[in-house]
Amino acid sequence: MNKLAEIVGEQKREDIPNFKAGDRIRVHVRVIEGDKERIQPYEGDVISIKGSGVNRTFTVRKISSGVGVERIFPFSSPKVAKVELVREGKVRRAKLFYLRELSGKAARIKDKNQK
Amino acid sequence: MPGLLGKKLGMTSIYTEDGTIIPVTVLEVGLCKIYDVKTKEKDGYEALKIGFGSKKEKHVNKPEMGFYNKVDAAPASVLKEFRNFNISDHKVGDELTVEVFQIGDLVKVSGKSKGKGFQGVIKRHGFSGVGGRTHGQHNRERAPGSIGSSSYPSRVFKGQRMAGRTGYSKVTVSGLRVVRIMPEKNIIMIKGALPGAINSIVEINK
Repeated sequence: MNKLAEIVGEQKREDIPNFKAGDRIRVHVRVIEGDKERIQPYEGDVISIKGSGVNRTFTVRKISSGVGVERIFPFSSPKVAKVELVREGKVRRAKLFYLRELSGKAARIKDKNQK
Repeated sequence: MPGLLGKKLGMTSIYTEDGTIIPVTVLEVGLCKIYDVKTKEKDGYEALKIGFGSKKEKHVNKPEMGFYNKVDAAPASVLKEFRNFNISDHKVGDELTVEVFQIGDLVKVSGKSKGKGFQGVIKRHGFSGVGGRTHGQHNRERAPGSIGSSSYPSRVFKGQRMAGRTGYSKVTVSGLRVVRIMPEKNIIMIKGALPGAINSIVEINK
């Protein structure tokens, strides 16, 4: 296993900030349209972080024109150009799947640094 | 088909530039020492006898040790013959490396599958089972059902599939692609899963 970890470790990325479930982040996603590449920001709340090593992923949920959208990004994916931490949230669990059942004001996450 | 022996190190994922994830098995391949060169004149066929790994001398019996003494080499844990090498390029004592393979090669990998112990007919032979608990079934969901007719032939045919020891048999998976090669570490990565447990030795044929 050690040998495998050595090889896999090379693919790990250091440029992604530390964030937790409940934080609002902006993910800069590389989008390829035809032969052109551009960067599209995607902003939302982190509702889950799972996996380890190269298979570690995070799920970002946002409400886009009234519809809930969730995208799962691998930490090591080259499609993730940059991740910005917008706001730290105050939550009491590691997986925020309960947000799927809530909408509007109830689905807000408290700011960690407020008050 | 030239081939080599390798050791399974485990599975991981690698990313292509466009973000596609490829599941890969990481193998330590080579250095495989050539222990014998079989020639058409001497043996009737051409092949290279390749060894992988090492084992202690106390685990080698006398006739086997005789072979190792003849070629003047340390005992290998696995010896295997591979045909279709261009044998004139190789001689006894040379070491083969991952350079036998190139990225994109289709390979065939054989290994000993994981042992599963005594298993029923559903896991062992893919029977579909009874299908439900209702309609008069009691507790027989995974039972094999009838194993033959009655007074004629009054016996069970040979080869009737039944429960028994499962796994730990030679399994070959073909059509796998070599995705990445790291010559400095003797590592190759092959897309997909391979038979056997981690640290088991597999045979990779091109």
